Amino acid sequence: MAEFTLPKNSQITTGKVWPKPAGAKKLTEFRIYRWNPDDGRNPRIDTYYVDREDCGPMVLDGLIYIKNKIDPTLTFRRSCREGVCGSCAMNIGGTNTLACTKGMDEVLVKGVVNVYPLPHMPVVKDLVPDLTRFYAQHASIEPWLQTDTAAPEKEWRQSKEDREQLDGLYECILCACCSTSCPSYWWNGDRYLGPAALLQATRWLKDSRDERTGARLDNLEDPFRLYRCHTIMNCAQACPKSLNPAKAIAEVKKMMVERHI
Amino acid sequence: MADSPSRVERPLSPHLQIYRPLFTMVMSIVHRITGIGLYFGMVLFVWWLLAAASTPSAFAAYSWLAGSFIGLLVLFGFTWAMLHHALGGVRHFIWDFIHGFGPQERMLLAKATLAGSVTLTIVLWIIGLAVKG
Repeated sequence: MAEFTLPKNSQITTGKVWPKPAGAKKLTEFRIYRWNPDDGRNPRIDTYYVDREDCGPMVLDGLIYIKNKIDPTLTFRRSCREGVCGSCAMNIGGTNTLACTKGMDEVLVKGVVNVYPLPHMPVVKDLVPDLTRFYAQHASIEPWLQTDTAAPEKEWRQSKEDREQLDGLYECILCACCSTSCPSYWWNGDRYLGPAALLQATRWLKDSRDERTGARLDNLEDPFRLYRCHTIMNCAQACPKSLNPAKAIAEVKKMMVERHI
Repeated sequence: MADSPSRVERPLSPHLQIYRPLFTMVMSIVHRITGIGLYFGMVLFVWWLLAAASTPSAFAAYSWLAGSFIGLLVLFGFTWAMLHHALGGVRHFIWDFIHGFGPQERMLLAKATLAGSVTLTIVLWIIGLAVKG
């Protein structure tokens, strides 16, 4: 059910203002969500100042600067730093995106870079959310090729046109920006699969080589799993790869109707 | 950790509190709210029908209330909620045919829904008041 407020242990308190780096001429202020499982306190917002002349332009550069030069306890996930791995997904400037591909100057709200973990998720530490359920939902759509026909000697062939059907679907990096931007997923994430898992479901439904389309649709035909999508479109707005989960979900809904007529 | 002796209660990360309101998201919420509004508005309609079917004095009382400033304001709001929700339905109908999902298209649809419902409400009231004289 929809709960609009945060539980008691999740309410955010004011945190520490860390000193400005000495001698810096151009500073950018970062306000970052902090939560430490070991100190028994509520989450808080810490303020840091990043020296722009000693730092790259992206939000991730700023976070790494803070971790290296100001506060080594700041915790976040990152890996590829080029929008391919999806590790540094977080809520920046009020929108879910990747810290590595978002410039600091693109996300300023009153001159400040606000950084929170992905919304409505259990927090492991600081900017690291627990994505266990998100991955389980992806697994539940069985994201692999399923066939009844005997496997060919070489590869499963596919025409150019059939391969094009997967464009806009296969590029998903499972960063969870879309699912955690969706109010429907916030209120019903335990039963609604969410945009990321449904985009992947569409990817396999549209694959000309897959032979389990019927079973895949059966698995989704449920008031919650698929139909909690109300086309709010936050997913499409958030996706750092410019994919459109809302559209993919609409296509699945259409397939559901079409197989009954 | 799975084997840690005392598992900490993890906080829930903030959501509505921090998410920047997007126009399409707000329009979705408004669609919901107008839907709920129509539900309660129907009660007023049923009251009107009951008043008409019972006694002349009950109907006169209803007519007086409906004709008062508050009554007209509620009716104006109801008209807008009805039209807005209906146009929202049309928007969903377009989406059902896999149209209007692009970044520009979805903004245009959202704006058109709002502009359309406001314009239609005003036009309908001008006609209504003109006919009433």
